[in-house]
Amino acid sequence: MSTTTTDPRMSGARRAPPKGISLSWSDPRFRAIVWQVVIVGLLVGGVWYLASNTATNLEQRRIATGFDFLGRTAGIPIGEFLIPYDPSVHTYGRAVLVGILNTSMVTIVGVALITVLGTLVGIASLSNNWLLSRLCRAYVEGMRDVPLLLHLLFWYAVMLTFPPIREAISVMPGVFMSNSGLKVPLLVWEPAHTGFALAFLAGCVATWIAARRATAVQYATGIRPKVWPVAIAAMVVAPLAIWAVMGAPFTLELPVKGRFRFQGGGNISPEFTALMIGLVLYHSAFAAEIVRSGILAVPSGQWEAGGALGLKRGTMLRKIVLPQALRVIIPPMTSTYLGVAKNSSLAVAIGYPDLVSIVNTTLNQTGQAIEGIAIIMSVYLGISLSISLFMNWYNTRIALVER
Amino acid sequence: MSTTTTTHTPVPERSQPPLLVAGPIAWMRANLFSSVWSSLVTLALAYFLIKFTVGLIDWAFLKSVWTVPTDPATGKLNPDACRQAKGEGACWAVIWDKYRFILFGRYPFDEQWRAAIVLVLFLGLFIVSAMRRFWRPVLALIWVAVLTAIFTLMWGGVFGLRYVAQDEWGGLPITLILSTFGLACAFPIAVLVALGRRATNLPAVKLICVIYIEVIRGVPLISLLFMASVMFPLFMPVGLNPDKLLRAQIAIILFAAVYLAEVIRGGLQALPKGQYEAADALGLSYWKKMGLIILPQALRLVIPPLVNTFIGFFKDTSLVLIIGIFDLLTSGKVAVADPIWQAFSTEVYIMLGLIYFCFCFSMARYSQSLEREFSKSVRR
Repeated sequence: MSTTTTDPRMSGARRAPPKGISLSWSDPRFRAIVWQVVIVGLLVGGVWYLASNTATNLEQRRIATGFDFLGRTAGIPIGEFLIPYDPSVHTYGRAVLVGILNTSMVTIVGVALITVLGTLVGIASLSNNWLLSRLCRAYVEGMRDVPLLLHLLFWYAVMLTFPPIREAISVMPGVFMSNSGLKVPLLVWEPAHTGFALAFLAGCVATWIAARRATAVQYATGIRPKVWPVAIAAMVVAPLAIWAVMGAPFTLELPVKGRFRFQGGGNISPEFTALMIGLVLYHSAFAAEIVRSGILAVPSGQWEAGGALGLKRGTMLRKIVLPQALRVIIPPMTSTYLGVAKNSSLAVAIGYPDLVSIVNTTLNQTGQAIEGIAIIMSVYLGISLSISLFMNWYNTRIALVER
Repeated sequence: MSTTTTTHTPVPERSQPPLLVAGPIAWMRANLFSSVWSSLVTLALAYFLIKFTVGLIDWAFLKSVWTVPTDPATGKLNPDACRQAKGEGACWAVIWDKYRFILFGRYPFDEQWRAAIVLVLFLGLFIVSAMRRFWRPVLALIWVAVLTAIFTLMWGGVFGLRYVAQDEWGGLPITLILSTFGLACAFPIAVLVALGRRATNLPAVKLICVIYIEVIRGVPLISLLFMASVMFPLFMPVGLNPDKLLRAQIAIILFAAVYLAEVIRGGLQALPKGQYEAADALGLSYWKKMGLIILPQALRLVIPPLVNTFIGFFKDTSLVLIIGIFDLLTSGKVAVADPIWQAFSTEVYIMLGLIYFCFCFSMARYSQSLEREFSKSVRR
């Protein structure tokens, strides 16, 4: 069939509008292009103006641009580090890396604690027990209506009210509270412990495989083989056996109270403790609300159907309600996790050496403001992006598969 | 009810009806002691709650120190009474001594009545804005008028008021200015950005909006505040250096606009497509379509989440402490840096917490009541 022949009956009014853009204000496509050119032009002009100002200012203040300063010896004392750091030897680059690691640690530990506490409080606030649910609601309201920074300052002040080291409170044998932090016993690490840890990891994998097989058998036959004997054997007995075979070493290095400082033992600084308490209390209130509304979003018919099957309340919660609630919970929970990562930067206010605090010191010392802020922003963008990617992956994994 | 008794053959074994279905005992049985576990939880919680409450009353009221005497030798307050009560009772004397400093910062002492009027004006503005009968265009005028009055009072220099430089402002007025003025400026930007992000026929504009939103949402507010305090002076032409408060205010506006824009975008998306098509069918121009048809409905839909954003944002203004601006939290922190009161920071932080709590809690309650009211009208 030929489409090139024009139908003589077709009137001019029914013909498609011309393909090209007419240079007239009444053509919406022309208008769109003009508007975009104007807006982009204004933006580029504005950025160029700011950039030229910046160049003039930098020249006037004799600040060299570039990231060369990262190679210079830092000289910033840092109280807490996960990789060896010595201010007289190591560079600014390494100091920044220490900061990134500290920020990541706070974020990871914080997210884990917030998830646990938030889920517990969220579930408990829907409990049948009036007192429990009321207390949980009060907790949520009380914690989230106070700024996080105030939380941090308050808990830091509380940490500093503990007595000095000389009069440190012994919470348990070997655990001391003082205004310079919490002192805990440290395990003297030996090869047998590495063996124990590896065996435990292997046991976790074995249990996971056993659980998957049990599910497969259950689908095929309707009877679920018991998993817990495998779990105990693989996760408890085997690691203990390996530890015993390798000599069963177990020595604790106890902190010993001196006049001004402790000898030995591990230390959890007051800054870290205050930061953790503040972050967890504040964000777990939000997490609890998310979990609560997620559970409420599951239709009550699901509870009733579970009850009709004769399931217990706990089983219903675990097997029926939570898996469905998770689909509602995940997206807002992602924002909470992102908030934790970003809010961990408030550590600068109480002197915990996170990324922002270290970069802030660096830019005060070197004057490299633009580079410093570029580092902060790109690291946080990276963290935010990786959290969202991971959570999006998890979200698609648990999403409802509709037939 | 009849009182006549008739004889019946005795009713055979039947399960007993519940003894009580109403009244406090039945209520407690259902809600506090429904099972063994529930009873245990109730008892444990009740024990801790009573112990905590008794301890709190003891600390805050019974054993607390409300005022301390002035030392005649030095003319300063003598906090020995507080030191003795330390650990057992609160030292509210610090609040008594410092409350004007905490509320108004370094604002000249004799002029603090002006800052107090500003607080009242702010509260009035919030209450008026919360009333639905004022949700009319005239509200924008009220805001402009009240904000002008507030800045006139704070600055002075006219009507015989003494001029007070901006770096002398402090305390609660700064917190309220940063959040309220920030919101008033961020809101129009947010509307434009939300519209820009949905402008599919303007790909360049859409891209700019997406980049702006995603970058700002990915970085902490602190990094923007640092940018405002150390990088902003570099951006400006030589010799021009806007003061610190204004720079922080700009950073907060840019930050808030993004979060508000995302909420507004939610409202734009939730509106049925038919509304857009109907507006197009009427031949309305883009701005008329948005201003008369789409935005009034979309904004109404998102008022509860907008209020929640305001709450988060009100709390976030406290971050200006880190770049050394004298807001409520900073003035509290500076107040307890006084050598006499150094050991009593907890009391001051509790009071600050209560102030923030009052603002945030009332906003949260308001948002919940709005949500209930809106869902009522939708259900009808």
